[in-house]
Amino acid sequence: MSDTALAPARSRRRILPLSLRLWGLLILLVACAAGYMLIGAEAPWSFLLPYRGAKLAALVLVGVALSVATVVFQTLTANRILTPSLMGFDALYIFVLTLMVHSLGATAYANIPVGLIFTINLGSMALLGLLLFAVLLRLARGDMVRLVLTGIVLGLLIRSITEFVQRLIDPNEFQTVQSLSVARFTQVDTGLLALSSLAIGVGLVLAWRLRLRLDVLALGDAAATGLGEPPAKLQRHAMLVICLLVASATALVGPMASQGAGPSSFFGLIVTAIAHVLTPTHRHSVLLPSAALIGGIILVGGQLMAERVFALATPLIVVIELIGGGVFLIVLLKRRAA
Amino acid sequence: MIRISGLSHSIAGTPILRDIDLTIPRGGITALIGPNGAGKSTLLSLIARLQKIQTGTITVGDLTIGTASDQDLARTLAVMAQSSHVQARLRLSELVSFGRYPWNRGRPGPQDHARVEQALERFGLIPLRDRFLDEISGGQRQRAFAAMAYVQDTPYLLLDEPLNNLDIAAARDLMSLVRDMADTDGRTVVIVLHDINYATAFADHLVVMKDGAIAAQGRPDQTVSEALLEQVFGTRARVEILQDRPVVLV
Repeated sequence: MSDTALAPARSRRRILPLSLRLWGLLILLVACAAGYMLIGAEAPWSFLLPYRGAKLAALVLVGVALSVATVVFQTLTANRILTPSLMGFDALYIFVLTLMVHSLGATAYANIPVGLIFTINLGSMALLGLLLFAVLLRLARGDMVRLVLTGIVLGLLIRSITEFVQRLIDPNEFQTVQSLSVARFTQVDTGLLALSSLAIGVGLVLAWRLRLRLDVLALGDAAATGLGEPPAKLQRHAMLVICLLVASATALVGPMASQGAGPSSFFGLIVTAIAHVLTPTHRHSVLLPSAALIGGIILVGGQLMAERVFALATPLIVVIELIGGGVFLIVLLKRRAA
Repeated sequence: MIRISGLSHSIAGTPILRDIDLTIPRGGITALIGPNGAGKSTLLSLIARLQKIQTGTITVGDLTIGTASDQDLARTLAVMAQSSHVQARLRLSELVSFGRYPWNRGRPGPQDHARVEQALERFGLIPLRDRFLDEISGGQRQRAFAAMAYVQDTPYLLLDEPLNNLDIAAARDLMSLVRDMADTDGRTVVIVLHDINYATAFADHLVVMKDGAIAAQGRPDQTVSEALLEQVFGTRARVEILQDRPVVLV
């Protein structure tokens, strides 16, 4: 501790101011979006514009929503290696999917209007979110660690039941479940897009309004209370925002973690790790937009690569999980060393 | 003044505080001392609203803990945080400016910047202002937290064992700064201390606790004695009067 105090104080001056970095990220996102829309545009624009536009909008929405939710979640839990997928949203999505396919059959499931499925998914996830913080937050008495651990166990429970139901399922129907169990950006319904962009928009506005309070929360519970920002109240608000964002994003495209498993969705982890490197600050008024832009860049840029370079041979999520695993290890090991 | 009446608290069935009535006078430094497990820190954390009050009432000035708004309380009562709990990577000057939060809700104006600047100057933190909190020594960090509590501009200031893990130079340095806040700015300071000699040297008023109750209170020279040490702490130590102040020979 005291020997590092001798390090020169001025050596860490920022090379680029943070606002400039945010603008840079925005330009990069716009470039990715333009590339996604324009590269290989051979069909007439009357077809391309709505077709690619819808996919692009879904990518940006999901990227932004999950990134912002992850930043808020990490501040709430004071932990940089957790992401909200820990709370079992992905597992629940697959559970509901499995249940519907099992009880109705794959053909009947395919005939359900997408709007209805979206509503069912959003509804069930909202219910889970409500359960998590109405019941558990009270039982855990504001103890975030206990809440998160309960979330993990709950996710495990849902996953186990899902696996049980999947054993009962017809092999052909199981294939349907499996193909729908990973986030897809290949077909996006415009009606759903409008619905979810509304929900995500509300979530983003709420998250932005929490930014200054989240800064205080990052000082620790005691300091936050002393400054007039008791954590219990803030945690409730923030959990609501997280549930809204993650549930709408998941209902729109499906789970971002493959099979709803894994210690955390690596996507959120990659985004926040990069955000902390590119825009190193404690201020959420910088971190939130920075993470949102990075999330958009990764999804749009990644999908662009997946479609144009790898010709859709590899699903985007698989690539993200692969890179994410590495980032996860690096973040974990670096924390140990520090 | 801080008025505590009928305050009881138990954790998992074990009583920590038993029906405490206490008035802490306005102005000066009041030190809470007593053996481990006497309930000093619990009492302080209840005043600081870090725990919910189970029975009894606490009023700080004219605000009642539990009913007054969080913002009003934050403008009346500052709590010096324990440095170990900060997870954000903060520069020292950024930490100090958080002390202005109850007044500006995270949107600092020019007078907030001026206030922080003045505090950095006064606490001798100017050369360290751009350092990250994990790059400075424990004593420097405690001084930064004291500066943060200072710019909160509250009439009352609570500190829970701020001298933990500090060497003698850092401890004396911090206590002089606290003393100065009480004398120059008229802050009412309530501090939990382990070392009785620091308490007698810097405090105006001592509150001695044992087994969740007040065992004695009063001016240091009238409170600390060999009899008290034996009765409250259960240890025989000599107490000498040096320069009108009782000193425990350890």
